[in-house]
Amino acid sequence: MNDFMLGNEAIARGAYEAGVRLVSSYPGTPSTEITEYCAKYPEIYAEWAANEKVALEVCAGASMAGARSICCMKHVGLNVASDPLYTLAYTGVNGGLVVVVADDPGMHSSQNEQDSRMHARGSQVPMLEPSDSDECRAFTKLAFELSEKYDTPVFVRTTTRVAHARSVVHPQERVEAALKPYQKDISKWVMMPGMAKGRHVVVEKRMNDLAKDASALPVNRVEMGDTKIGVICSGMAYQYVKEVAPEISVLKLGIVNPLPMDLIADFARQVETLYVFEELEPVIEEQVAAHGIPVTGKALTGRQGELSAHKVAKLLGKEIPTAAQPDPVPARPPVLCPGCPHRGVYAVLNKLKCTVTGDIGCYTLGALPPLSALDSTLCMGASIGMSQGYNRMLGDSAAEKTVAVLGDSTFLHSGATSLISACYNRARVTVMILDNSTTGMTGHQPNPSTGFDIHGERTTQISLTQLCEACGVPKEHIRVCDPFDMKALEAAIKEENAFDGVSVIVARRPCMLLDKKSRKSPLSIKADACRNCLSCMKLGCPAIERMEKGVRINPDLCVGCGHCQNVCPFGAIVEGSEAK
Amino acid sequence: MSEIRNLNIVIVGVGGQGTLLASRILSTLALKLGLDVKASEIHGMAQRGGSVVTFVRMGERVYAPMVEEGGADYVLAFEQLEAMRAVGYLKKGGVMIANTQKMSPMPVVTGAAKYPENVLESLTQKCALDAFDALTLAHEAGDGRAVNVVLIGALARRVGGDAEIWRDAVRACVPPKFLEINLRAFDAGYNR
Repeated sequence: MNDFMLGNEAIARGAYEAGVRLVSSYPGTPSTEITEYCAKYPEIYAEWAANEKVALEVCAGASMAGARSICCMKHVGLNVASDPLYTLAYTGVNGGLVVVVADDPGMHSSQNEQDSRMHARGSQVPMLEPSDSDECRAFTKLAFELSEKYDTPVFVRTTTRVAHARSVVHPQERVEAALKPYQKDISKWVMMPGMAKGRHVVVEKRMNDLAKDASALPVNRVEMGDTKIGVICSGMAYQYVKEVAPEISVLKLGIVNPLPMDLIADFARQVETLYVFEELEPVIEEQVAAHGIPVTGKALTGRQGELSAHKVAKLLGKEIPTAAQPDPVPARPPVLCPGCPHRGVYAVLNKLKCTVTGDIGCYTLGALPPLSALDSTLCMGASIGMSQGYNRMLGDSAAEKTVAVLGDSTFLHSGATSLISACYNRARVTVMILDNSTTGMTGHQPNPSTGFDIHGERTTQISLTQLCEACGVPKEHIRVCDPFDMKALEAAIKEENAFDGVSVIVARRPCMLLDKKSRKSPLSIKADACRNCLSCMKLGCPAIERMEKGVRINPDLCVGCGHCQNVCPFGAIVEGSEAK
Repeated sequence: MSEIRNLNIVIVGVGGQGTLLASRILSTLALKLGLDVKASEIHGMAQRGGSVVTFVRMGERVYAPMVEEGGADYVLAFEQLEAMRAVGYLKKGGVMIANTQKMSPMPVVTGAAKYPENVLESLTQKCALDAFDALTLAHEAGDGRAVNVVLIGALARRVGGDAEIWRDAVRACVPPKFLEINLRAFDAGYNR
């Protein structure tokens, strides 16, 4: 039977078929669904880890125990997991270990467009790259075979267009992989200098062996056509090339680290002009060129954004159809939802004219107008460290108007260590944990502070306030506020900003998309009381619309959260529909 | 057209409007007809009320999951501005099936930009446009959220093929609880 699956769903299927027993991951677009689909197979133990580094370490332990395990993350998550990764390349595995990393060329939902193939080269870990859903399934299985055959973790790399495209999949049965017996071997598993030197020899030999063997791997495919032009490509780029130029010769690479150089050289000899079409960095092109093979690539494609069928068609000198030109229309950027608890926090921070170091999550959207509340967004957990450094250099006058904001999941991912560091170093920082009791932007995954696991079952709930206290924040400077109570929030921020030390305000209110119970009936504007001051417009609520004359609340969108009532100086916003 | 073969369809709307269900119905239809099919979705940040674009391509053999400019047989637009934004996807002779609903994006909400007037009039200059109030039809069918299936009904009428196969595709994609409403919505779009 054939199925129609998302790339991510197919990776989970491949893991299932390969006999995987454990998945540990941290959510990140476009990788999140892999772990969610894995969790649906009762044969696979599934968990959300606190961050990607922990996730990979859990998988390393499972591998040492002899089980097959898989760890999934987005490209920037791999930066967090790179510490265990680079040394896991040295230890190798016992049970097969596959790391799935999802890149995001074009930055649909990311803060940069780094190329994970560079990490594969840097860590000397083999990498496979599928180009549709069935390859996602099949390559994941192959990755487990290679992992055990060559005693190494293996990457499966996708991009957004592979991870979030659906295509036909041919599922197979699961084949149980027996636990491989664990035998203590410190020369393999204890990486201190003496042992690591020995393992580095193994790493180099393994990659040399695999580089030779790679040319014979069936995941690489030569499709000879017209020999005037030959294109080397992998992943989604292959689909673009086949789409627009089915007549030319193609070398489709299934393995992108190490490169099957014999196969590439052989292909290059048969074609007159050789191109590499690859998104992001010239990873393949530079290695081919370094091999003394004349090749063109990045000079044509550039390094930024995604390729597309049209881009490839243009590069190959093909005509592309003319299209109607749309009239210029206003952009539609993503926004905080109506009733989002973050909105009240930002309204208060704006009122107090605070400098705000931000973080990664839904609340990053507070950087956009009209809230425009953030000064920085760097990476997961950066808000606290940046606030500390900023305040340290600019002193008390800056510190009393500076706040670090981050979400509950982000705090537990990598904010807590920064908080410890701030306390330890006698910093002056006001931290706000925007606790909406979920991991919102990636689609509402539970995290350790929610008290629920990946299956929605009750588990140990990590108390954010107790954790902050244990990190060294004075108990009297840890408080919990309701972001809907903007007066109390304002008072709390003022008081904690005045404290010369580390303080934490937990702004706690569940995500409105989850907390449907607390939705109220829509508010409306009393026309005779409204002075058209537009204070409510500064909230950036999609439900409050500027009209020709005055302002209107859209009853289809309003959830009655009351933020706008709090900021209206004239009491013109009332409960009930369309008042006079 | 009595036979459904190569079709490139672009579905555009605002995050949360149900474009993904529409793409699932179309993909299911293609599979029922024994065609190859690919669909491309955008998850993550754009789902928070931003513009969303979903592609469905079906045929003997489909490579890229995305439709390029000038390549779509049909654009299903859930909202007027998004219809305008997507008009470039249509190929010569392609048809835009648009819900006449208007949803203000943030720059309009704040007054930084104006919601353009006469979007539909301008679209008729640029493409073959079939615009109608799918939202009202969805409400009449029992739920405003069934706009997606109303538009699928309208598409089915234009594409042709056995309407029952289309209904089967709807049946396969909608939870039983909402099936009746959605079949009514399909018929409303189909018989309009």
